[in-house]
Amino acid sequence: MRRDDDSVTGGGTRILRQAFLVTPFTSRFSRHAVFLLCLLPLARLIVLGFSGGLGANPIEFVTRSLGTWTLSFLLITLTITPLRRLTGQGHWLRYRRMLGLFAFFYGVLHLTSYLWLDQFFDWMEILKDIYKRPFITVGMTAFLLLVPLAATSNDRAVRALKRNWKRLHRLVYLAAILGVLHYWWLVKLDVTQPAVYAAVLVVLLGLRLWWRWQVGHPRGRG
Amino acid sequence: MADLPRILPTEITPERVYERRREFLKGSLALALYGTLPAHAALPAWRKTAWGRDESPNSWEEITTYNNFYEFGTGKDDPAKNAGSLKTRPWTVSVEGECLKPRAWDIDALVKAFPLEERIYRLRCVEGWSMVIPWLGFPLAGLIRQAQPTGKAKYVEFATLHDPKQMPGQRWPVLDWPYVEGLRLDEAMHPLTMLVVGLYGKELPNQNGAPIRLVVPWKYGFKSAKSIVRIRFVEKQPATAWPRVLPREYGFYSNVNPAVDHPRWSQARERRIGEFFKRKTEMFNGYGEQVAGLYAGMDLKRYF
Repeated sequence: MRRDDDSVTGGGTRILRQAFLVTPFTSRFSRHAVFLLCLLPLARLIVLGFSGGLGANPIEFVTRSLGTWTLSFLLITLTITPLRRLTGQGHWLRYRRMLGLFAFFYGVLHLTSYLWLDQFFDWMEILKDIYKRPFITVGMTAFLLLVPLAATSNDRAVRALKRNWKRLHRLVYLAAILGVLHYWWLVKLDVTQPAVYAAVLVVLLGLRLWWRWQVGHPRGRG
Repeated sequence: MADLPRILPTEITPERVYERRREFLKGSLALALYGTLPAHAALPAWRKTAWGRDESPNSWEEITTYNNFYEFGTGKDDPAKNAGSLKTRPWTVSVEGECLKPRAWDIDALVKAFPLEERIYRLRCVEGWSMVIPWLGFPLAGLIRQAQPTGKAKYVEFATLHDPKQMPGQRWPVLDWPYVEGLRLDEAMHPLTMLVVGLYGKELPNQNGAPIRLVVPWKYGFKSAKSIVRIRFVEKQPATAWPRVLPREYGFYSNVNPAVDHPRWSQARERRIGEFFKRKTEMFNGYGEQVAGLYAGMDLKRYF
């Protein structure tokens, strides 16, 4: 990605910059705050679980909730780069790794709830499911794509992989697309909710394509 | 030695019963409790039957808060939240079509015209969950006999109320409103097929299909049309709600069948609401002994 540049993103950027201005004080604590914030969806499930608030089908509630939060964290992670460009503030980057790892974290819990609560570790059934059910196939693929990303999220891997790190981590785009597809194919009829995730993803990926296109076609030169 | 208490074999709880003590407690408690609740004025006396007496029913809470009733929204908790806007009185059920005695039944007259009975039926949803529900109603066959269907009547069509003011979910074209369901005449006449007006001895809550709904226990739940305003005898197989929008995924018959998967998910097992482990789904939802004869010689993979 190119460096941020006012001449590309225009005057609106200045307003955004002011809106998202971060002082040294807030930045020091913000990462801890974001970390705790990211645990809220899990905390909510635990509280609901103990207070009997998960409804008549608690297992479905938990699995669905973990799934949609995995997808949400993937999309939130993908908003960091656009936010950085639009606000011209590099500090957004400090949250990206944590948010990405939370996407993986919720993905692991979501997968566990399927393997355990839905299939009770019946591996033959699970393999059959992966083979026969397209929504499981794409969901499982999306998860597997996230594994190398999580594994190479540490500083050592970033240094060791050099330019390949960036290439490898572009897999997140594919994982997000498959994640939305997974949700879309699971829904019985009313696709309103997966459509919302799809729309957000289209905007996030569209912005990147647009910026990429602009690099080749700088303004003023036609 | 003489002080040892003597325990008669009949006093020992069999292990199988003992292992199910929680279920038993839950079920019997629920059954005992609803007997003490003030009966709704609108429902005449009813009798218990042997149907499902060995099952432990789901709680009132479970049955009335976890519903598929897209007329009030597509979320499971939407019907309980939104069904208050449905007005169930006055209500007319029009019995019409290929019959000698069509009649517009007032709901209160209809409820009094046939003796009410309680039957505890299993309900299996096409989505892979199930419940056990103590319905209150009467066999549909009685109403059909009164209407005297003609020789042309091969199918029975059921239509749900269509009024987006009362049913906010109908403001969106999720399904092709009104909701229409259908049965072959012999399925409709089957003694297991019921018209239901109550639940746990009380009047049916709106979210469960008040004031009157169909219950066909050997078919997936969506076949059991809710809040019915029209019962029509027809010659041709009706175009029903789910096959109309997704013909590849839902068929007219929709008998519970663990061997025929939904194109997108397995139907081999189900989660009984309130249980941790999934259980195996039974052919015809366990009512094969009664209904298998209806489908003798039919390829149920083709007529799914």
